[in-house]
Amino acid sequence: MSGVYLDHAASTPMLAEAVAAMTPFLTQHHANSSGAHGAARVAKTALEEAREGVARALGAAVGEVVFTGSGTEADNLAVEGAARAARDAGRGRGVVTCRFEHKAVLAPVDRLEHEGFAVRRVGATRAGTVDLDALADALDPDTSVVSVMLVNNEVGTVQPLAEVAALVRDRAPRAVLHTDAVQAVPWLDVATATRVASLVSISAHKFGGPKGTGALVARDDVALQPIIEGGGQERGRRAGTVDVAGAVATARALELTTARRDVEVARVAGLRDRLLDGLRAAIDDVFETGDPTRKVAGSAHVAFRGVDAELLVVALDRAGVYVSAGSSCSSGASQSSHVLEAMGMTPEERRGAIRCSLGHASTDADVDRALDVIPGVVTSLRQRVAAVAP
Amino acid sequence: MTDRRDVLVAMSGGVDSSVAAALLLEAGYAVTGVTLRLWGGATESGCCSVSDVEDARRVAAQLGVPHYVFNLTDEFERAVVAPYVDAYAAGRTPNPCVECNRTIKFGALAERADALGFDAIATGHHARVVERRDGTFALARGADRAKDQSYVLYMLGQAELARTLLPVGELTKADVRAHASRLGLRTAGKDESMDVCFVRREDRRTFVRERADTRGGTVVDTAGRPVATHDGIEGFTIGQRRGLGVAAGEPRYVVGVDAEAAQVVIGSADELLTDRVALRDLTWTDSRPAGSARVQAQTRAHGPVVDGRLEERVLHLDARARRVAPGQVVALYEGDVLLGGGIAA
Repeated sequence: MSGVYLDHAASTPMLAEAVAAMTPFLTQHHANSSGAHGAARVAKTALEEAREGVARALGAAVGEVVFTGSGTEADNLAVEGAARAARDAGRGRGVVTCRFEHKAVLAPVDRLEHEGFAVRRVGATRAGTVDLDALADALDPDTSVVSVMLVNNEVGTVQPLAEVAALVRDRAPRAVLHTDAVQAVPWLDVATATRVASLVSISAHKFGGPKGTGALVARDDVALQPIIEGGGQERGRRAGTVDVAGAVATARALELTTARRDVEVARVAGLRDRLLDGLRAAIDDVFETGDPTRKVAGSAHVAFRGVDAELLVVALDRAGVYVSAGSSCSSGASQSSHVLEAMGMTPEERRGAIRCSLGHASTDADVDRALDVIPGVVTSLRQRVAAVAP
Repeated sequence: MTDRRDVLVAMSGGVDSSVAAALLLEAGYAVTGVTLRLWGGATESGCCSVSDVEDARRVAAQLGVPHYVFNLTDEFERAVVAPYVDAYAAGRTPNPCVECNRTIKFGALAERADALGFDAIATGHHARVVERRDGTFALARGADRAKDQSYVLYMLGQAELARTLLPVGELTKADVRAHASRLGLRTAGKDESMDVCFVRREDRRTFVRERADTRGGTVVDTAGRPVATHDGIEGFTIGQRRGLGVAAGEPRYVVGVDAEAAQVVIGSADELLTDRVALRDLTWTDSRPAGSARVQAQTRAHGPVVDGRLEERVLHLDARARRVAPGQVVALYEGDVLLGGGIAA
């Protein structure tokens, strides 16, 4: 049974062109790109062409692109790698981030704190943006790494990265700025938006590429200590045989996403707005979290009063609409959202919040079906909960 | 059952609940599996660990039914773990599995099942729900007397029984495993869980001490004479013989715990016996039997059955038996049929 897929922020279907681009490297050109023979040269050439493509789309130099095994790995490498390199060079031990970052940033920051780094985590505003005043207070000359995402993965808000960068230049001049741009690629001109950052993470499966491939842009002047060591691949920044097929598909998906971006942003924003308008018209007590004017086109993050999001996700799944709530742990259970908590939303406000995320595969028919299903499900859930409430 | 009833099956990842789901599917129900996340971090082992969730998920996938994970860690902490700690700190002996059934499986989970519009919930417990001719329901011991779990379900009333399915209660454990093998379920050979899921028996004292203020005190005999010291009443339960800190000789048992005075009272085997058990919080699967009722009482999961007579809130035993630790469940039966039960005061 195929349902209405409203979970593009979790993962997108691969673009057919990306599948076609990677297939020869799974079937024919299988050689290790580090080899010294003809078969290896085919792979190596394709890898470096892919690197050029990714660099072009992200506004980076070719040598600045490091392929990784995921967006999470790119985040880990950026945060831990830059912090440890700075420490070893005597350039400070301060790490500053926001409490509503993805766990791919928060977990390595926790680890660094255990290692003795001075960590500061600042909050966010109800608009869904990093608290710039708190950030200004948290920065000091000892700060070596600042990590603030470009687009929040849960509420979809674009962060004021240029203002963050200005504060960093001003108050923590030795610090490098990392931005997790994993959720931004389909919607923003990432090359322009991340020009102010020294480290930029992306993940291919968020824009029609394959799972298991990410990339980190690390500017030439940024020292990075590897977190995976071995054969010295990726100019010593990430060891391990490079996934040529993944890199090729990533470059193709990124190229197409970039080329189609303006058209897609307008199209998907239209679908998203129709979904939100329809929900508001059909359901009482529904509100959008964060500042709607700051949200990327695919994001519809809404809260329904008097409903438990965990139940709503299940009820919608049973009705064939696929959405998500909070963040998922490895067992698949939902956890209360640290993002909404960082934004200062009350437990009652957070309780009924779900994320509907649209993307390149979304259609008008999806929105029609979602609007057919969601109001009825919310209403019956509210009625049944009211009936059994003590 | 001709209509296709929607049933939510609590799947722990063990063989009993796996087979319960499979049998209900074969019987024509629309089955949905759910695994409860009750305790521990993302990678912690033990009950409701990621690997148990994965077993449940794989069984559901094999059966072709949807599967969900509900995060009930907050409810579990509040309704099961915290009262467990409080009870030991107050000198009582809690029964967390019973509280989990009361507040989680037949509490929070049942509420969620209602909210989602399910007609019934099912578990892998070895007990039988029997519909009487008048449309009321009884809870009877499982077909496999050695595996019977009606004791831990003593709190179910008519409202719960009317929408609870316990398909493996009709089977012996050998039957359950045979069904699992027949269906090729990956959980067919899984061991049973024996301990309380969130703490191993040998770690209980440490667990309680980390979470409650406890203090040392004296061990006294039944005449009140100090005979030893102890370092916390949470380490003692009625009937306990080991670790009392007294010299060998005639066997001594814990016969009482006084939390106020931080005293543990020990006595002889004879002093451990009693002919009356006071009960609190009595519940009944149906209405309370009128007047003074003949009952068979069970004071431990898989414990022996003793005959007696219930008057008001006191159980009078025909023959003297071991004292029941305050906090323990006393389930009352008439033959194989559960009448209800209470908690030893």
